[in-house]
Formats: sequence, C-alpha cells, structure tokens
Amino acid sequence: MVQFTLPKNSKITEGKSWSRPANTKAEREYRVYRWNPDDGRNPRIDTYYVDTDDCGPMVLDGLIWLKNNVDATLTFRRSCREGVCGSCAMNIDGTNTLACTKAMSDIKGPVRIYPLPHMPVVKDLVPDLTNFYAQHASIEPWLQTVSPTPRTEWKQSHEDRQKLDGLYECILCACCSTSCPSYWWNPERYLGPAALLQAQRWIVDSRDEATGERLDHLEDPFRLYRCHTIMNCAKACPKHLNPAKAIADIKRALVERQV
Amino acid sequence: MADTLDRRAPVTRPISPHLQIYRLPLTLVMSGLHRITGFVLYFGMLLVCWWFLAAAQGPNAYAKFQWFAGSIIGQIVILGYTWSLIHHTLGGIRHLIWDTGRGFGPQEREWLAAATIIGSLALTFVVALIGYLAMGGSR
Repeated sequence: MVQFTLPKNSKITEGKSWSRPANTKAEREYRVYRWNPDDGRNPRIDTYYVDTDDCGPMVLDGLIWLKNNVDATLTFRRSCREGVCGSCAMNIDGTNTLACTKAMSDIKGPVRIYPLPHMPVVKDLVPDLTNFYAQHASIEPWLQTVSPTPRTEWKQSHEDRQKLDGLYECILCACCSTSCPSYWWNPERYLGPAALLQAQRWIVDSRDEATGERLDHLEDPFRLYRCHTIMNCAKACPKHLNPAKAIADIKRALVERQV
Repeated sequence: MADTLDRRAPVTRPISPHLQIYRLPLTLVMSGLHRITGFVLYFGMLLVCWWFLAAAQGPNAYAKFQWFAGSIIGQIVILGYTWSLIHHTLGGIRHLIWDTGRGFGPQEREWLAAATIIGSLALTFVVALIGYLAMGGSR
C-alpha cells in the first residue's frame, strides 16, 4: 500500500546532542537515527561530533569512532570495512550506500545517517532484513538441472560465463531494494531489484535447466512487473551493478518466449 | 524453565523514513511525473469530449466552450493538458526504449530523463506559440 507519511510510532523527533571532542581542530558533525526497542519512545536524531584527526576517512570509520569514544550504545552492522560483505548498508546523505566505502569528504554539511529506508527497525541503524532474505530464497538461487550430473564439473564456455558478469557480484546489501519506491509500497508482493537481479543471474546461466520454471515464477503483476524503471536501484548499488537492466532483460525474456 | 522466556510485550518496530529523507534522483521525479501526467490525461479527455460534443450540438453550446477556452483559467487548463499529453507521450517513448533493453547506462538514463522534461517543455512552448499565432495573436 502506498503510504507517503510515516506511521505514528515511526515519526522522528529531535534527540540528544552529544559532547564535542576536546582539543581537536578537525571535527565532523554526525546526525544519526536512533531507536531503542526497550525505552518505548519514538525514533530520534542524535547529534554527534567525530574527531576526524583520530579516525579513518570513511563514514563507517566515524561511526566506529563514536561507538568507541562517545556512545557505546550506538548500534549498527559492520564487518569487512571494505565493501565486500554488505553489512554496513545504510542511508547516508540521502542515498543508500555502504558506510565503509562512502568517504566523509564526499558529503557536504553534517553526515546524516538513517537505516535503510522503509524497513522495520531492529535498533538504531539495524533494519530487519528477514523479508528481503526470504525473497532471495524464493527465486531459488542455486543450480537446477535434470540432466545426469557429469563426472567432473558442469562445463561452461567463456562466452556463457561472461553473461554472468554484472550479475554474480551482488553482495546482498539491500541498498537497491530499499531505495525502490515500488518496493517501499509493496514489500510483500514485489520481489525487489536485489532478488530479481539474482533471478536473472540464474536465468542466463547456461548450465541451469530450470529457466522455464524460473520465468513462470516471475510472470506475475507484482513479483516482477511492479518495476516501473525508476532506476533508484541502479543509482544506489555500491557495486555499480544494474538491477534495472536485469529486470528489463527478464521482461524481454518473457516476451521472447511468447513469440 | 519458563522464567527464561521473554515476557515483554512484543515491540512494534517503527518503519524507517523513506520519501522524507531520500535524495530524489531525476529518473525518480520523471517516473512520478509520468504517473501524474497520465492521471491528468483522464480529465483532459473529458475536456476533449466537451469540445467535440459542443461542436456537434451547435453554435450555442460551442460558444460556451469557446468562452471557457478563452478564459484565463481555461487557457491554463489547456496549457497544462497540452504539456501533460506531450510529457506523457515522450515518457512513453522513453519506456519503449527501455523495453528494448537499451538506455540503462549511468549517463544514458540521466540523459533520457532530462530529454523528457526539456523536450516536453520545449514542445509545449512551440504548440502554445502556434496556437497563439493561429488565434491571430490577439489574445
């Protein structure tokens, strides 16, 4: 359902302003979304100041500095800190991206950080991705065959392997799906760009023998066709993949098998 | 054993902000305008129906339509309808290009979005100018 405004319990209030670092010339203002499931209050925006002389250049470095030096209750996901794991996906400066690969110097003014948009919040910057993962599972992202399994590996030509480029690199950070208004309004019925990019990854895989079933599963007004080519997904993807293009290719494959 | 169970009431999680905080890309704005102009066309169709009906009903009915079309509000409505029609048509062409699998690159998609809005405004201006001159340029 399209709902442009936030429900009552999600409305954001002004939060606390935390102390500034002492003895530094280089400080950066962070304005961070906070929500604690245990205090019964609405979400709020806390203001922090990061000593940029004492931490790395990325937005994630600043968050870790705050957690270590200012507020240990600040909650966010992070792991690899180099754009490989996809854990630290959040909304920074109005766009979904990875905190570990977004430089503070690329942002004008205060660094504004929210959880991934239109998601149930677990705590602070941690969204509940249960539905997102379930959608990925629903496209059955594994090799499906009916031919007898070969003695060695399933062979693939170089050309066929190249068809997977731009599809297999997805790290499932959810930046794309949670940037998509169609996904905001229909998160239960529309699969979203991330799951559809992976669907296409298996549809074009020359070794997979369930292409027809995969397309059947997607031929649905909501699962696939809620995509209206808004392109937020392609713009947000921190790995520079293009889910919008993958979705268009699925739509074309559906047309082509009719004619 | 039962004491280890969490007896707190289940929390209702807030929904994280979306439209309120997202920096709107041009392609998103164009998608929104495509929908809005598509919606406007329904009402524009009523206007066209009125025009045809008035022409069929005779001089009195047509004079009423002409009075409306000549009024300030009427001219604004007609101008808005003209732009909606042109914008929605160009948007449709953009979607046709995308349906072929082309125009998805980082520059191409921005260029297509910009071309839609610039093209629709320019064409509306041209159509309005022709209409103005055709009316004798007096109004």
